[in-house]
Amino acid sequence: MLRGRDLVALADLSGEEILYLLETAQAMKEVLTRDIKKVPTLRGKTVVNLFFEPSTRTRTSFEIAGKRLSADVVNFSAATSSLTKGETLKDTARNIEAMVVDAVVVRHKASGAVRYLARELDVPVINAGDGSHEHPTQGLLDIFTIKERKGSVEGLKVAIAGDITHSRVARSDIHGLLKLGCQVVVVGPPTMVPPDVERLGVSVSSSVEEVLGEVDVVIMLRIQMERQSSPLFPSLREYSRYFGLNMEKLKDVSRDLLIMHPGPVNWGVELSPEVAYHPRNVILDQVTNGVAVRMAVLYALIGG
Amino acid sequence: MTNMGRDWLIKGGTIIDPSTGTLEVADILVEGGQITGVAPSITQRGIPVIEARGLWVVPGLIDIHVHFRDPGYEYKETIETGLAAAGAGGFTQVCCMANTLPVNDTGAITFYMVEKAKKVGGPLLHPVGAITKEQKGESLAEMGDMVDMGAVAVSDDGNPVMNSEVMRRAMEYASHFGIPVVDHCEDKNLSAGGSIHEGEVSTRLGIKGIPSASEEVAVARDLCLARQTGTRIHLQHLSSKGSVELVKWAKDLGIPVTCEVTPHHLALTHQAVESYDTSTKVNPPLRTQEDRQALIEALAQGIIDCVASDHAPHSLKEKDVEYDLAAFGISGVETALGVVLQLVHEGKLTPMRAIETLSTAPARIMGLEGGSLKVGQPAHITLIDPEKTWRVKPEKMLSKGKNTPFAGWELKGKAVITMVEGKVVWKDETIGESGNDQR
Repeated sequence: MLRGRDLVALADLSGEEILYLLETAQAMKEVLTRDIKKVPTLRGKTVVNLFFEPSTRTRTSFEIAGKRLSADVVNFSAATSSLTKGETLKDTARNIEAMVVDAVVVRHKASGAVRYLARELDVPVINAGDGSHEHPTQGLLDIFTIKERKGSVEGLKVAIAGDITHSRVARSDIHGLLKLGCQVVVVGPPTMVPPDVERLGVSVSSSVEEVLGEVDVVIMLRIQMERQSSPLFPSLREYSRYFGLNMEKLKDVSRDLLIMHPGPVNWGVELSPEVAYHPRNVILDQVTNGVAVRMAVLYALIGG
Repeated sequence: MTNMGRDWLIKGGTIIDPSTGTLEVADILVEGGQITGVAPSITQRGIPVIEARGLWVVPGLIDIHVHFRDPGYEYKETIETGLAAAGAGGFTQVCCMANTLPVNDTGAITFYMVEKAKKVGGPLLHPVGAITKEQKGESLAEMGDMVDMGAVAVSDDGNPVMNSEVMRRAMEYASHFGIPVVDHCEDKNLSAGGSIHEGEVSTRLGIKGIPSASEEVAVARDLCLARQTGTRIHLQHLSSKGSVELVKWAKDLGIPVTCEVTPHHLALTHQAVESYDTSTKVNPPLRTQEDRQALIEALAQGIIDCVASDHAPHSLKEKDVEYDLAAFGISGVETALGVVLQLVHEGKLTPMRAIETLSTAPARIMGLEGGSLKVGQPAHITLIDPEKTWRVKPEKMLSKGKNTPFAGWELKGKAVITMVEGKVVWKDETIGESGNDQR
């Protein structure tokens, strides 16, 4: 269904295509439960992780996913070095492609950079996060985790809380969830909710307490520490008080509420440390499912 | 008689002259680079005839906002290629911004630009000097020297003067030389890091937005300063409805202000950015349909005085990169007329108003000769085929900058002859032998 294509954004996929990837991920997750966690599906294929921005977990997750499928996985950390040498993004990617590879997984700090590369390169390009645009495999693993716990995602109400403006996770979640028939509400200080966000099909709330009572899932976003120096919010302390999640706020909440976070968590900021042990916290499930989902994406794009 | 290539009889064209309100089929006689006759039927032996039936004959178009990158960034554009492109776009005169390398902040750079343009020939080039040294917004550039060498105005353009006190003093000082202060309105704190209009599309794409307010607060500030100082200011490339409302307020009060709009802000909205095509990256950014409608209406009503292309050529090095890293700017001098004429074909501008915004008004704003077909005027004349359809092909453009969001568009209406002081500086290939040089 997706063979030979790129995965740049969940906004590009149909609901049917997303469900297909989720089903494939289900099969991949079964592989992860085996004693020998490896299948020969992508033997002889080469996947390059081309990361222009530091990342440990997403890169590792892609690497493990590729290796579970027997692909050769090569990590290329371009971070800042290529730019300082005067090499352009296009040069770097073209050079990697010229080494004859089968897929390129790209992370980049500029929104749209992965779309740009996908246009330039013939091999499938997988977006591992571009600026504040999208992080489609994170979106997929979030939806996979919700589906796993709730059975189905259609009709669920999901809150996404935090710095929506700068979050690529929020955008992928929004597009993916809406395509599968969820309702989405975004929550955050007005300085972190982008203009006209309703036009994406979501509603907006400024109170975490208020939405907790009415949603099935809450996805807490990571606050980037460097934002502290900008005039977006006065202090981590105050952010945490108004927009973080703690046991007090969770006290009266339905026991079916799922608590999610794309990681890494700033404990004590968006989540209070006790929430780590909350029974409805599925943050580590998300990490496991990330491998399964990335296996599914690699298989769908370059398998067979 | 000797024809130095500056004598012509332009026969049977539709004269559109906003300086007199003339709209009629008539002949124009050009002798020695001057307009010497305008009448329903002129016969004059020994002068080459340009057959202009079906064409518009209009006062030479004037683009008061171009970047020719020369000196310093010759890989993007030179005075030669810029003037050639301007001629092909129907323009007979251009005003060049000062963000060259070095910045045009002294008489010497102004002199270089003027002299080089004279050597090249073609459309006339009028430099706009910097307001502040190196366009740093700190201390005043030598305006008097630059004016002596041919500068017609001052502007820090894309590096707007953020310090209100410096801007106030610049306006006062400029008034001594009778030149307008040309003003790119942008609060750099509000726009910092932004690449496109802040709104639905920036939200969807995850690109940092430039809010309309970043332009509007600067428009408001400088209108207040113009009121304070009495200096005439010219606001560049208005992009938002709010800016139009502020200018209307100022004009109603009699504050001495004029303003321009670009063809791309008249034709496109931020929806064009959805594909992350860097040729849509421009400052001020393409905004909403509501803004666009307000700009079109304001141009028709005269709240906005003129059209200027903000011709900003870039090389692939600046544009074939990530959207965030791409340079701002559109190479627009060759498509400006065609894009404005779309508004005429859609009935949103009359032909008379369109020509006024592209010729008579810009001449008035910058205090230039031209913008008129009256007898005695220099023969800056543009002949336009309003029905000619053509496709925008960047590779065919004469500008070195191929960065146009109009690539592939079919436009209707094109300059077919551009004449500067009677000298034909551009002739469309389709005009060729059939019409020309019949003796």
